[in-house]
Amino acid sequence: MTPKLQRLFDTLQQAGLAPAERLGEITVEVAPGAYLETCRKLRDDAALRFEQVIDLCGVDYSTYGGARAPRGGRFAVVLHLLSITNNWRLRVRCMAAGDEIPMLPTLVEVWPSVNWFEREAFDLFGIVFEGHPDLRRILTDYGFTGHPFRKDFPISGHVEMRYDPEQRRVVYQPVTIEPREVTPRVVREPKYGEE
Amino acid sequence: MPEIRNYTVNFGPQHPAAHGVLRLVLEMDGEVVQRADPHIGLLHRATEKLAESRTYLQSLPYMDRLDYISMMCSEHAYCMAVEKLAGIEVPIRAQYIRVMFDEITRILNHLFGVATLGLDLGAMTVFLYCFREREDLLDCYEAVSGARMHAAYYRPGGVYRDLPERMPQYEAQVSRNAKQLGEMNANRQGSLLDFIEDFTQRFPKCVDEYETLLTENRIWKQRTVGIGVVSPERALARGFTGPMLRGSGIAWDLRKKQPYEVYDKLDFDVVVGVNGDTYDRYLVRVEEMRQSNRIIKQCVDWLRKNPGPVISDSHKVAPPSREQMKSSMEELIHHFKLFTEGMHVPEGEAYAGVEGPKGEFGVYFISDGANKPYRMKLRSPAFTHLSAIDEMARGHMLADAVAVISTLDIVFGEIDR
Repeated sequence: MTPKLQRLFDTLQQAGLAPAERLGEITVEVAPGAYLETCRKLRDDAALRFEQVIDLCGVDYSTYGGARAPRGGRFAVVLHLLSITNNWRLRVRCMAAGDEIPMLPTLVEVWPSVNWFEREAFDLFGIVFEGHPDLRRILTDYGFTGHPFRKDFPISGHVEMRYDPEQRRVVYQPVTIEPREVTPRVVREPKYGEE
Repeated sequence: MPEIRNYTVNFGPQHPAAHGVLRLVLEMDGEVVQRADPHIGLLHRATEKLAESRTYLQSLPYMDRLDYISMMCSEHAYCMAVEKLAGIEVPIRAQYIRVMFDEITRILNHLFGVATLGLDLGAMTVFLYCFREREDLLDCYEAVSGARMHAAYYRPGGVYRDLPERMPQYEAQVSRNAKQLGEMNANRQGSLLDFIEDFTQRFPKCVDEYETLLTENRIWKQRTVGIGVVSPERALARGFTGPMLRGSGIAWDLRKKQPYEVYDKLDFDVVVGVNGDTYDRYLVRVEEMRQSNRIIKQCVDWLRKNPGPVISDSHKVAPPSREQMKSSMEELIHHFKLFTEGMHVPEGEAYAGVEGPKGEFGVYFISDGANKPYRMKLRSPAFTHLSAIDEMARGHMLADAVAVISTLDIVFGEIDR
């Protein structure tokens, strides 16, 4: 670890968090209950000063590493924070409470820029952000059903659209293409291909 | 007395000033914007989901199609994230080539940004001037990768191939006589580096030309000064990066603050605005073109003197040469495995961001050890910038809302992903 990273690591530990370092990046795992409080502290703490959210994204861990489910839940939210003052970065991960309707408090009050990121995570993963002022779909079509980035949503989707010359309008119908996988997904055992 | 009420205007998605497929629902009080509600997603292709079913190499060309004005910068972030996760060393020559093409891309993007800002505000000439220089830079793209836009030139481990020794030339046509042809090919007699060097020498004059058209122009100032003002505090809170943040007076540039590749060895200045309005952001972009030109010049000098490999020699991530592949059994196996199964990336997660021309472009990977990413997230700067449009356009006239859209420098390929 570089001295700067070490300093961030120590500061986070003093703040009562449990940081972990890998590949020169620091990750903090937060419980859903402490999520909002921790984020506020990360922004306001004079020693940390994370003024900016670079990214917020949803993750669906349901098929991670094959069948095993190593995490405490299915859905998580991953935040990438940046401090302009201190010139350091941090990743915050929070597993959402509930697998059917995952819920987390919104961070709009802490960082206004997460507004659209949270809408995106809601649209694509169905993570509900409690207290969000405007939780509408953002990227998918008007009237879309389902959450397309969940692992159980097929890549080809469920419906396709075509022009029906008889009804003289655009109609939706079940997809006619077969799902296919050109390159299979493989996880090799450790030390595969090494002498 | 007639009842006065706000009415709603649909701006786009087929409006020429909407920069692609933006549907902006504007609530107007007469000519004044009361609320701007962008509807995005009309170009959504689920690139991140597609990447989950493709190998690391197969997903790379999708990066060009995100921000199709600054193609190679998106590739760069992608390659850096894979390299970080897999622990791949990039040869120094490849790093210089990447930096050079990043800066060429930055000029391409800012030329486009300034040109379209001009076009949206009624300045047609600057558009034509800018596209004249863009043509030369797109020729550099073509010379090095074979494609003018969707290059797929950066690869995890380096770049696809070394810079060509010969610059392609214009061919004779009925409409061109020998003298014209000779003039057109005058700077294409040598290698690509000669051509780029020639470009860096004449480019500052071209920037002067754009500036004579706009910078002191009274109409231009009336349309841009004080439009879409963002204070430094709001710029930080809204997650601005790149020229949008620097235009508001915050000297934040990843190339200086968190240098990647060889930026710490190069000499350039960070450009900062003062007022945070459209005019300052325009000035920042123009000056960044000059700075990029300086960087390109330094890269050309270095690349001339230092030949060497341009891609990693680990054949787990980069293919062997054709000659090796056809003469050695082991290399043939490497080649076959790499292009069928693809490279394996160790379990873990990594984020890599680059200072793209529009702001910080980042790629976040979660890998479970397979030959495909488990989750890829693209952090596109324009997505965050567009989310601030309500705040920036509120209280402005409808015609100024066009200036605000344009100053955000948005491209829908990367907003909708």
